[in-house]
Amino acid sequence: MAELLVKTPCEGLLPVEIGTVRMSEIAPGQITSLAPFRGQGEALSETLKTAHGMAWPAPGRSTGREGARCVWFGREQAMLLGPAPDVGLARYAALTDQSDAWAVVRIEGPLVEAVLARLVPIDLRSVAFKRGHTARTLLQHMSVSITRISENAFQIMAFRSMAGTLVHDLSAAMTAVAARGDIAGAST
Amino acid sequence: MRIEGKGRIDRGTRLSFRFDGTTHKGFAGDTLASALMGGGVRMVARSFKYHRPRGVLTAGSEEPNALVTIGTGAQSDPNIRATTQELFDGLQARSQNNWPSLDFDLLSVNDLAAPFLGAGFYYKTFMWPKAFWERVYEPFIRRAAGLGALSGESNTDTYEKAFAFCDVLIIGGGPAGLMAALAAAQAGADVILCDEDTALGGRLLSEEEEIDGRPAAEWAAEMAAKATAMDNVRVMTRTTVTGAYDQGTYGALERVSHHIPTQDGLPRECFWRIVAGRAVLCAGALERHIAFRDNDRPGVMMASALRAYANRWGVAPGRSVAVFGNNDNAHRTARDLAQAGLHVAALIDSRHDAQNLAGDVPFYAGHQVTRAFGRKGLEAITLRAPDGSESRLQVEGLGLSGGWNPSVHLTCHMNGRPQWQDDIAAFVPTPGAIPGMSVAGAANGVFSTAACLQSGAEAGLEAAKALGKRGDLPAIPEAENAPYRLRRLWAVPGKGRAWLDFQNDVSVKDIKQAATENFRSVEHMKRYTTQGMATDQGKNSNVAALAILADATGRDIPETGTTTFRPPYSPVAIAAMGAGSQGKGFAPERLTTSHAASVEMGAPMIEAGLWYRPSYFPRPGEKTWRQACDREVTMVREAVGVCDVSTLGKIDLQGPDVGAFLDFVYSNTFSTLKPGRVRYGLMLREDGTVMDDGTTARLSDAQWVMTTTTAAAGNVMRHLEWVHQALCPKMDLRFISVTEQWAQFAVAGPKARELLNGLLDQPIEDEIFPFMQCGPVSVMGVAARLFRISFSGEHAYEIAVPSRYGDSLFRTLVARAEALGGGAYGMEALNVLRIEKGHITHAEIHGRTNAFDIGFARMVSAKKDCIGKTMAARPGLTEDREQLVGLRPVGAVKQLTAGAHLFNPTEAAVRENDQGYVTSVGYSPTLGEMRALAFLRDGRDRHGEKVKLVDHLRGIKALCEVTDPVAFDSDGGRLRG
Repeated sequence: MAELLVKTPCEGLLPVEIGTVRMSEIAPGQITSLAPFRGQGEALSETLKTAHGMAWPAPGRSTGREGARCVWFGREQAMLLGPAPDVGLARYAALTDQSDAWAVVRIEGPLVEAVLARLVPIDLRSVAFKRGHTARTLLQHMSVSITRISENAFQIMAFRSMAGTLVHDLSAAMTAVAARGDIAGAST
Repeated sequence: MRIEGKGRIDRGTRLSFRFDGTTHKGFAGDTLASALMGGGVRMVARSFKYHRPRGVLTAGSEEPNALVTIGTGAQSDPNIRATTQELFDGLQARSQNNWPSLDFDLLSVNDLAAPFLGAGFYYKTFMWPKAFWERVYEPFIRRAAGLGALSGESNTDTYEKAFAFCDVLIIGGGPAGLMAALAAAQAGADVILCDEDTALGGRLLSEEEEIDGRPAAEWAAEMAAKATAMDNVRVMTRTTVTGAYDQGTYGALERVSHHIPTQDGLPRECFWRIVAGRAVLCAGALERHIAFRDNDRPGVMMASALRAYANRWGVAPGRSVAVFGNNDNAHRTARDLAQAGLHVAALIDSRHDAQNLAGDVPFYAGHQVTRAFGRKGLEAITLRAPDGSESRLQVEGLGLSGGWNPSVHLTCHMNGRPQWQDDIAAFVPTPGAIPGMSVAGAANGVFSTAACLQSGAEAGLEAAKALGKRGDLPAIPEAENAPYRLRRLWAVPGKGRAWLDFQNDVSVKDIKQAATENFRSVEHMKRYTTQGMATDQGKNSNVAALAILADATGRDIPETGTTTFRPPYSPVAIAAMGAGSQGKGFAPERLTTSHAASVEMGAPMIEAGLWYRPSYFPRPGEKTWRQACDREVTMVREAVGVCDVSTLGKIDLQGPDVGAFLDFVYSNTFSTLKPGRVRYGLMLREDGTVMDDGTTARLSDAQWVMTTTTAAAGNVMRHLEWVHQALCPKMDLRFISVTEQWAQFAVAGPKARELLNGLLDQPIEDEIFPFMQCGPVSVMGVAARLFRISFSGEHAYEIAVPSRYGDSLFRTLVARAEALGGGAYGMEALNVLRIEKGHITHAEIHGRTNAFDIGFARMVSAKKDCIGKTMAARPGLTEDREQLVGLRPVGAVKQLTAGAHLFNPTEAAVRENDQGYVTSVGYSPTLGEMRALAFLRDGRDRHGEKVKLVDHLRGIKALCEVTDPVAFDSDGGRLRG
């Protein structure tokens, strides 16, 4: 029998590079939402440390690193990106497969903060939003998760169904920022 | 005319531009206003109401007269102030509000009719006959009065909006703002310094004075360079802070590319929302004029503007000029112009005891200017001596100074009122009017350069300290510290019209007329005369107008008070505020995984919330949507159809208390549901009205998946969060949306199982997969979920796979269906199928119907409590109601329409006789006629009766028979078989 073919959320849309800013699709591996059952928060965090080497993230923070990351996602909720969740986690938390639900995009470049400032209403300056900081916020009209993953790179997660709009809105902002390049005094 | 050797423009770079079709030359650094003045153009506009010739009045954003349209065609921008429009090569500008031309304007006849067109004229004159207002008067007035017009075409320019954050926001980059920025930045604060001008410096760019022994403009340039070089300072020029809002948020408009030719991708303007820990307002002050007869002649301008044009741009309205003021500051204009080599015919000071500070110029203390002459350009003025004698003086330019008004605007944006300060005869900000904002420099009524530098530095440091920074006051440079002396003079008494509000053509007489007619409140006067209501918001005239009103009503100025200052400080294009939201930018697009395949099949899309769903799938030979829809319905009833249902909300619930939780949020019982089974549920709002419906499947002991309607997915999720967090926080369960995770397809029709068994790795049969069964399956090697549920009333399934496989599975399912005589079906067919079955959607559960109305009262379990149960039992909700019924046409007219109302056949179709209304209609190819769902008063007892359907909007009347809502297969045999 023929096989079912796989399509990624941003297939045919990325990568995009405009000016000095580049946007590409991240293949995050497995994405699992973790939500501790009543009173199981600490046990979950301990298991997470033992099994995956990272603690449960505080609100607005992410733990882990490239390839195995735990991103705070809301009230008593986090996303484990990368590894298949250890079976032991299920004792303490509701685990839900979200691998196909999110378009995960990496956007990077020296002017990336200027690009995001066109679309995101929160303070993303490096003094306020350091590496590992994360937020559930708006990107133009979309609800997204934004995490700073390095000095000049952010990870953005948006609904899979909105991948087209995500790429469109970010591309428009990248175009506007790039176009300012040679305008004196308008580099911000 | 140009003044040789003067100005801070780049005389090496010549620029060519067009004004009203004529080519002119200017220099880099010019504004459109200075270039026109340099080219000898004096009249640049016609006034709003009387079409009087007008020239440039100011040198800034407060300009009321010199409004022009920049650009051509769809990209033209009306009402651009020539005083802030930077010149670039190829600039095209047009004058406004004249016909046929600026020079010869037929509508200037209005000026002759002025005795009849004063304040309140429209209100008194156009009262009758009533019908004339819209048809005659309004079109006439709109043609006669106005400013620039939009092109009427869709503008292709891009605009943007953006967000910025800082510790200290400095509003205005003059001497006070520069020192404030320096002090705050040196203390370690993250600073944003905004100025609406093209460069930092404020008045220093237009004055001849020294700071620390050097030309002030040089000092400003050095400070600007220093600020720009600091890592923690962000300089935003061409950026006007337009409003102060809650919690340290400020609106600001950046003019990104108005100063260069159009460039692809480059926004025209950017609307910023700046969030600051503290703000320092250093917005400076605006000079006010003095009203006298015909003081609006082109060539009459503000004294500060006259010297700005000479000092900064090297231009003047003519060789021979005069200055008329009531304060020392005006003397600087006479001094600078004389030094620039112009003929200063007179320095006129209304104060008897004034001393000449301008050097060797003819000085007239205690004199007043009573009239200006020269219709299209100033030719002469009349001078009245203290003894009353009058003489005439030939001049081409006149600078006026009635004193300075601190720019208090932003301090009043949160409903604060400024305070009157008598020694400077002006309003100053009330401290603390905007939380977190302080005011420094001229905006605070401190006018000498030395005092501005000092107060700016202090305010900047204080702002940084308030945020926990530490630092010292920077060294304050030496600068002029002349006292500011004036004696108030608002208007020179005399005959004729003395203009106050140039933009809305309001004269001193109009203000007095308003007072006479008892519009004594300043807010009433403003609306009656329209003073201060134009795009300049009366920046040049408000204080004088209310001073004259105070005089006319026998009150003092503080008692009279000001009108309300509201954002924006200067005009903001709607396009900038709505940037990114034009066209499809209005809302995100949600596309299903089958979207590309559906589009390839030619399916037109309809919007369902943010989702795009296929309406129907046309086949060759089908000319109308109805033909496709009829075929798709028949296909499902006779073979098999495939439909993407991924847009329905899906919520994954886990934990020991899910059953109890569902019992509470659904009206019917779920805790008894066995793993592997699915149940239909009805959800009520707290007020007892139906909120949503859908199925919930129990996948295992501890895991459930709820489906919601497409439209209410977000609402249901929010509702569940509210119930869990607020009403039953002790229940141990967690839930999360999985709508995006799964691509889900309905496979419906007598051949549904045959189709699926061709794809499933383990075939299914009725015994293991009866109606309302669910379970894990493997489809072509991929783990999937299968639900045997049916919205169409047929033997049907929904199969869900992870979204990555959605596109591929949809194409496979459709290909298999087509091989079995079926195919894909869209929203139209889905709608007909469910109407035939009497299934409800949000057309029926539209927010006003309860379980009783839709015939589901028995679904509200008597054995348990649930949200909405008590409220649904209120009197009036379970009797004497409109109830869900079906309708079929039985008269000559066979068409039924949604939205039509129902009446008894013998009664008139008027509101009093209303019996109900139609919610959904569709042509049923299965039954060969249209069918409708409707709400009819006591409808369940009226099956078989006739009612009259009347659609007043579409002009349709049809006799109908009332039926059960279920029109097809009422015993459900097909879906179980």
